[in-house]
Amino acid sequence: MVACGCKCETTEQAQLIEQLDRIIDEYRGQPRGLIQVLHKAQELVGYCPKWVQVRVAEGLGVSLQEVYGVVTFYALFSLIPKGRHKISVCAGTACYVKGTKMVVKAIRQHLGIKPGQTTEDSRFSLETVRCIGACGLAPAMIIGKDVHGRLEPEQIPEILEQYQ
Amino acid sequence: MAMITLTIDKQKVAVKEGTTILEAAKQLGINIPTLCYLKEINVIGACRICMVEVQGARTFVAACVAPVAEGMVVRTNTAAVVKARKLVLELILSDHPMECLTCVRNQNCELQRLAEAFGLTEIRFQGATTDYPVDDSSPAIVRDPRKCVLCRRCVSVCAEVQTVRAITAQERGFKTLIAPAFNQGLSEVACVNCGQCALVCPTGAIHEKDDIDKVWAALADPKKHVVVQTAPAVRVTVGEALGMAPGSIVTGKMVAGLRHLGFDKVFDTDFTADLTILEEGNELLQRVNGGGTLPMITSCSPGWIKFIEHFYPDLLPHLSTCKSPQQMFGALAKTYYAQKAGVDPADVFCVSIMPCTAKKFECERPEMNSSGYQDVDVVLTSRELARMFKRVGINLAALPVEEYDAPLGISTGAGEIFGATGGVMEAALRTVYEVVTGKTLDNLDFEMVRGLDGVKEATVPVGDLNVKVAVANGLGNARKLMDAIKAGTADYHFIEIMCCPGGCIGGGGSPIPTNTEIRNKRIAATYVEDKNMPLRKSHENPAVQALYAEFLEKPLGHKSHELLHTKYTPRGQYPEQ
Amino acid sequence: MKSLAQLEQLKKEMREVLKIRDGVASGPWNYHVMVCGGAGCISSNCRDIVTALKAELAAKGLEKEVKVVLTGCMGPCDMGPVMIVYPEGTFYRRVKPKDAATIVEEHLANGTPVRRLLYRAPGSTEPIPKYSDIDFFKKQHKVVLRNMLYIDPLLIEDYISRDGYGALGKALTQMKPEEVIATVKAAGLRGRGGAGFPSGMKWEFTAKATGSPKYVVCNADEGDPGAFMDRSVLEGDPHSIIEGMTICGYAIGAERGYVYIRAEYPLAIERLEAAIARAREFGFLGQDIFGTGFNFDIEIRIGAGAFVCGEETALLTSIEGRRGEPRPRPPFPANAGLFGKPTVINNVETWANIAPIILNGSEWFASIGTEKSKGTKVFALAGRVNNTGLVEVPMGTTVREIVFDIGGGIPRKKAFKAVQTGGPSGGCIPAEHLDVPVDYDSLGQLGAIMGSGGMIVMDEDTCMVDIAKFFLDFVVDESCGKCSPCRIGTKRALETLERIANGNGKEGDIELLLELCSTIKQTALCGLGQTAPNPVLSTIRYFRHEYEDHIKEHKCQASVCEFKAAEE
Repeated sequence: MVACGCKCETTEQAQLIEQLDRIIDEYRGQPRGLIQVLHKAQELVGYCPKWVQVRVAEGLGVSLQEVYGVVTFYALFSLIPKGRHKISVCAGTACYVKGTKMVVKAIRQHLGIKPGQTTEDSRFSLETVRCIGACGLAPAMIIGKDVHGRLEPEQIPEILEQYQ
Repeated sequence: MAMITLTIDKQKVAVKEGTTILEAAKQLGINIPTLCYLKEINVIGACRICMVEVQGARTFVAACVAPVAEGMVVRTNTAAVVKARKLVLELILSDHPMECLTCVRNQNCELQRLAEAFGLTEIRFQGATTDYPVDDSSPAIVRDPRKCVLCRRCVSVCAEVQTVRAITAQERGFKTLIAPAFNQGLSEVACVNCGQCALVCPTGAIHEKDDIDKVWAALADPKKHVVVQTAPAVRVTVGEALGMAPGSIVTGKMVAGLRHLGFDKVFDTDFTADLTILEEGNELLQRVNGGGTLPMITSCSPGWIKFIEHFYPDLLPHLSTCKSPQQMFGALAKTYYAQKAGVDPADVFCVSIMPCTAKKFECERPEMNSSGYQDVDVVLTSRELARMFKRVGINLAALPVEEYDAPLGISTGAGEIFGATGGVMEAALRTVYEVVTGKTLDNLDFEMVRGLDGVKEATVPVGDLNVKVAVANGLGNARKLMDAIKAGTADYHFIEIMCCPGGCIGGGGSPIPTNTEIRNKRIAATYVEDKNMPLRKSHENPAVQALYAEFLEKPLGHKSHELLHTKYTPRGQYPEQ
Repeated sequence: MKSLAQLEQLKKEMREVLKIRDGVASGPWNYHVMVCGGAGCISSNCRDIVTALKAELAAKGLEKEVKVVLTGCMGPCDMGPVMIVYPEGTFYRRVKPKDAATIVEEHLANGTPVRRLLYRAPGSTEPIPKYSDIDFFKKQHKVVLRNMLYIDPLLIEDYISRDGYGALGKALTQMKPEEVIATVKAAGLRGRGGAGFPSGMKWEFTAKATGSPKYVVCNADEGDPGAFMDRSVLEGDPHSIIEGMTICGYAIGAERGYVYIRAEYPLAIERLEAAIARAREFGFLGQDIFGTGFNFDIEIRIGAGAFVCGEETALLTSIEGRRGEPRPRPPFPANAGLFGKPTVINNVETWANIAPIILNGSEWFASIGTEKSKGTKVFALAGRVNNTGLVEVPMGTTVREIVFDIGGGIPRKKAFKAVQTGGPSGGCIPAEHLDVPVDYDSLGQLGAIMGSGGMIVMDEDTCMVDIAKFFLDFVVDESCGKCSPCRIGTKRALETLERIANGNGKEGDIELLLELCSTIKQTALCGLGQTAPNPVLSTIRYFRHEYEDHIKEHKCQASVCEFKAAEE
């Protein structure tokens, strides 16, 4: 087996590494592919743990420092696993003037997590995001792929209940 | 190249196309203040201290990155521009710990100098400050992100000059941090400890690890027999840290100063540099004649050694097995010398004064204890030595010139030139030529391997053999030669690599500032020292001859292998989990 | 596509089939039902309406007579989900899936519009059946959004029916590259990303620059909070971007284009990918386009969540796979852009203008707008306004017309306070300047900017200190950290604003903010930093009394800020 820099004791993990290698192959030796590879790697693994970054760095021929520098520069890349359902509360201007703060507060009260955090049961992670382009529905949030708009604080618990 | 005419502060000046406003102003004697700018290394326009007014421009312009244009009208000192610079500086200081008095760079800090020049007496902005922890995991380099102004000189020198990339920018915005990935310690990543980052840092955010107290303690311990060795480059550089001009030669005064500090014996790394030539020269001949791995590569420079271990582990067989002169010295100090002086090696405390931060790492390598003890106990950089002198009020200029102690202080000009790029090669050629041909060299000066060119090549007829050599200084240049070896296009016999640009006289432990102009002056001083030596060929060093006669028997002999040769560790570039 | 004639032929055929959408009933179709598929309507489940309509039509056996199409964004997001029924152009709003049965039964089967779903002007009970009679649509002038009400963005044939790729054909077969550049220059098109640099000049510089290969880049990293113009164009009319970029490739001698698009726009990415694939099949991308020997292709690069990548040099660095940190200009991208090669970079809206300019000529384009700002501008109208949505108006239209005529004014009879344009780089326009014409220079004079097109309406319940704080908070979060004025300066400004907003402001804070902000403006490295202080400067300029109220009297007129005791 290839030395992969991780503790891949199970077949699942070995498969994950194989899939990751196939993603890397498209840009092997080409530093310019870093962001595209990280996108796909994160899609595969769910986040960008150290072993993924090491493997990507090796595959593209860049230093781990550069990979980490890119991962921490871009908001979309995550160093920690996300919850099963990602709540993205829109913090675009239209939503802001119509009540982003109130939406975040309601979620926080209900789930006990702040933006950037994941619930202990890994059910939800919460973040505020830049304009999602649903300004007509302000204030809005996205859970998974669903957009919820024209939010009122009292609706929040009911909406969250739909996601287990 | 086309010439461009522009007006700066009402004076007309003609400069080459592509010149920056900053450089053009310099030609008129106008020094625009800078902070992040470092000629040829870091030209990124990040700090925004060098702002000037350009007629017709929407905003102020950063002089360090803005190219001149025909008819451009520049004002460098209007009230508005000075006020803006001052406010930018105030902002930088608002996120800087005001620990100047207790900072290693006190009175040699570019930020401090700017604050003084701008008459900044008050910081009006209070708020969040950078509070990443100090990284002192490395035996050589300490990072203190709180003092970092994010000029990125260290990033540039590490990535572009040394091609090591151990530190880069992480995170973004106010949280931006210059560090290894995952903010790991420098000791945990492929950092080669070369210290070029510390050399270019404008503040105290990256500096050598200070080991002075260990030396004071040893000096104060009556049981310890404290010996010191000084590297070739130190005598032509340390004066700068004590206020002398670059290129000042302070050999004898430094020896006197070291005696004042209380060292029992003051020895010279030049001695083991000569010894290295005999071992390494014979190793080369053995490889050439015996079909060994060629090209052979020098192994004196510990930053280079760690570099090849990380980045070209498969080329390790090319390295000479010779220890560096520092480590040969340590091994002999606690065997040959201890025996000769009648001192218990356990009581010998061996201190090195080096222009180098990587030597601090080298002396702690597990294989560097062939005397049965850690061969070299403490390495101090030139900068630390200067601080020791200052602490006890030693005025080097006023000291008499004294001689090194015998026998480990006896050396030749060949040992001395180890301090400059090409010096090891030149010293080796002087000896190999005479040993092989039995003839005396007419001209000892091998000019083609001298100077600051990144990669130098020469072919030298030695008897029947045309010896093909290459010399690289700076790891970016070393990388070019390694890639050539890998590609099979490097048909050299012998390669000299020095980790730092210019060689050891530009080492990471050298006085600050160190730049191209200063490197050249130090190199010139090195060759003056060489010329002044009565002996200039290593094999003529009588103390080395005596060493072989009394102790080692012969080059590459059994004792040599035990004490003077070593092995290397393939490390790889990426961490394993 | 091997020749212009072949394209003309296809266009003729498609036009005939689709002329019902121009109001001419023809062929097999009785109706085309265009359901808005903009982001807002999709969020309110317009896809379920399409499904329901199709089911009802099938049940009635009308699927051969009535076609249901999901379009791009029609604009009036607040009324969504909306739809238009052709040929007559009946406009329905706030449609629910359960309305499908009624619409099919009454309108599509029996020809009687469903009265309760029709639009009514605010304060009126009389319905306005046709979209073209509604103020929201009537006062707009659509160049960029020309196809939004008419095409299925997934069908290249729909695009072709509305002159799609005709401009590319014309440029390639009838114009020299320099003529193309001259036309764009003469049209007076200025970059729609915010700074307003003349596009034709960019193209000319790049064409003349030495270095090869050259690149064409589309900046689709629309990041201003409150802006969704580019997203709508990419989702609703992706081929218009492909066509514009390809024309530029021909004009400047480039064979490769990149679209750098926000990862937060999955639908736009999906549609653009599909459109690129289709354009390749039709030979509008690839080798030997229109049989002229010209080759061009486009790749998509997905951003990763960094606002600063909207800045052109940062964007290029990001395409290169690195941290999106801006680099100093000069050198400009025209000389040293992507991978150090000459590069034209324009934003989505700019690209969407190219095809009409080539097709209709520079005089036509220059006749729209004002003397120095030609053409139209798309705005994402949002905030405290009745008709939030996407609007396109000729340059020179007044803010009042946009907010009150098209936007329908302020809801709940609240008083208008200001509009904010240009997002975090822009400023606000207070009530006394409502009649300012929207063009680059007039807005600049007021301390606002045209920006990329976000226009947020604020009423008396908005606190201007809070708004300044919101934008600055955004900028601090998005600052790349490279240059000190932006990295530290914006942080210090935010900290000062936070103190003011929570009642701990002190005498002199406003003056300090002004000094700090003007220095950041003058000294920051890139456009993000240089414009970051604008929201603060402009709110102080027009609403200084609100700052003073906060500082001196711990009073927030809009009751937004919560005052806390000083923290020691």
